Amino acid sequence: MKKIMLIAAMLAALATSALAGDGLTLKAGSFADAHSIEVEFLSPLSGLEGLEPSHWRVVEASSPDIALPLEKVELAPANPNAARLTFRQNLDMGQPHQVTLASPRGSGKIEVTRNMLAVLLTLFLSAAVINNYVFSRYLGLCVFFGVSQHRDTAVGTGITFTLVMTCSGILSWAVFQFILKPLSLGFLQILVFIGLVACLVQALDTILRKINPVLFKKLGVYLVLITVNCIILAVPLLIADRNFNLAESFFFAVGAGLGFAMALYLMANVRERLAVARVPASFQGLPIAFIVCGLFALAFMGFSGLSLF
Amino acid sequence: MSGFQLIVRGLLAENPVFRLALSMCPAVAVTTNVKNGFLLGCAVVFVQVMSNLTASALRQFVHQRVRVVIYTIIIATWVSAIDMIMGAYLPDLYDQVSLYIKLIVVFAIIISRMELFASKNPLIPSLFDGLGMGLGFMFGLMMIGAVRELLGSGQLLGFDLLGTKPLLIMILPAGGFFVIGFLMAIFNTVLKKLGLGAPPAGGHH
Repeated sequence: MKKIMLIAAMLAALATSALAGDGLTLKAGSFADAHSIEVEFLSPLSGLEGLEPSHWRVVEASSPDIALPLEKVELAPANPNAARLTFRQNLDMGQPHQVTLASPRGSGKIEVTRNMLAVLLTLFLSAAVINNYVFSRYLGLCVFFGVSQHRDTAVGTGITFTLVMTCSGILSWAVFQFILKPLSLGFLQILVFIGLVACLVQALDTILRKINPVLFKKLGVYLVLITVNCIILAVPLLIADRNFNLAESFFFAVGAGLGFAMALYLMANVRERLAVARVPASFQGLPIAFIVCGLFALAFMGFSGLSLF
Repeated sequence: MSGFQLIVRGLLAENPVFRLALSMCPAVAVTTNVKNGFLLGCAVVFVQVMSNLTASALRQFVHQRVRVVIYTIIIATWVSAIDMIMGAYLPDLYDQVSLYIKLIVVFAIIISRMELFASKNPLIPSLFDGLGMGLGFMFGLMMIGAVRELLGSGQLLGFDLLGTKPLLIMILPAGGFFVIGFLMAIFNTVLKKLGLGAPPAGGHH
């Protein structure tokens, strides 16, 4: 008796699966370009019946109630297993997207995210050149004009700043995500971050003095400059504001630091020449430095056309 | 010095933007128009005056060796306050300048006034010193904002004056640097003509 029931159940299951069509199963998806997603199935697609736009539902993971309007579905050009969904509007590729298929030929759900490496590289380059801290965000100008007189000091400051920015970026990310956010103490971020940076600089000062006195002699003077500096404080604030994850925070902070170091080095080269140039009396000193900086900013605007992925 | 003299000193001879070249970052960043300059200027006046008053009132209780830490905490407190006030009452404008309002915390001008003036003077002179420096800063920001808005978008305070955009570059990052460079040079020349002292060394912090 038991055996018969088992066989009947198996038969029923077979029947329903046959009714569901040829059993297409979603495998993976990726962003093809700014307004289309390519969806791959486990088996080849013979045609597009049952895969019309009305059978799909695509949403951003952060706003699952708003379905993105699909324009058309077509077979992917290179892959016989894949279909390409084209949307009416551009997709926000930084967000994970959920693709749901509900059709007689099969149903399923996959999540489409952007290649992590591409995201990180974009963040890095964007922080370093496209949104360079000095030339397009105008941060760290005080130090920028203060220490860009000579190349040696520019290099030393650049290295120290990159180091501190990276450490404080990571540390403040952890404090914000694990302490401030769960306790909803976000409004304390200014106080907490500035204390954090001050402690970090003090710690770095002590550690460097003990383990590498030679390096300390070279870089120690710049450490003092760091504690109350907008470029250092801006990194934790921006990281908290944009809700980056750990890897993103790291690449963002390193990119910002290296971008600042590069700006400093470029400026120091020009200012060494400026020192021996004949500059009109009222422009001497800072005014001419600002105008040179403006020229650099003009050149860096060229990077804003740079779009990577 | 009387209160009036203290204010004039902050506006002209020791103008934080053009003469002392302190806290330049926001001076370029938010000054694409007069309104933003005014808004950030208001925040700075508030923080500077309140921090000066606090530092002056507490000057007998703050030990010399921990003063920088105490001052930083005082500033951070007032900055958090103005940050929340502006976020609550002026949300549209606040969105454009929020990062730079938070960064008032590290404005060298504020801590240096507390250190140089408020920690050694009673309440009333500290109040006027704070007002003078704050207004000087606001004046600088609004000057830069006016030039950039007029040349960059042909407007002033949002009103269309020129009907055209003569120099679009002025509202781009590069324009900010150019305007400050030229205004500094003009400021130096005019003050020299008026006999108000040689250009200061400046440039640190």
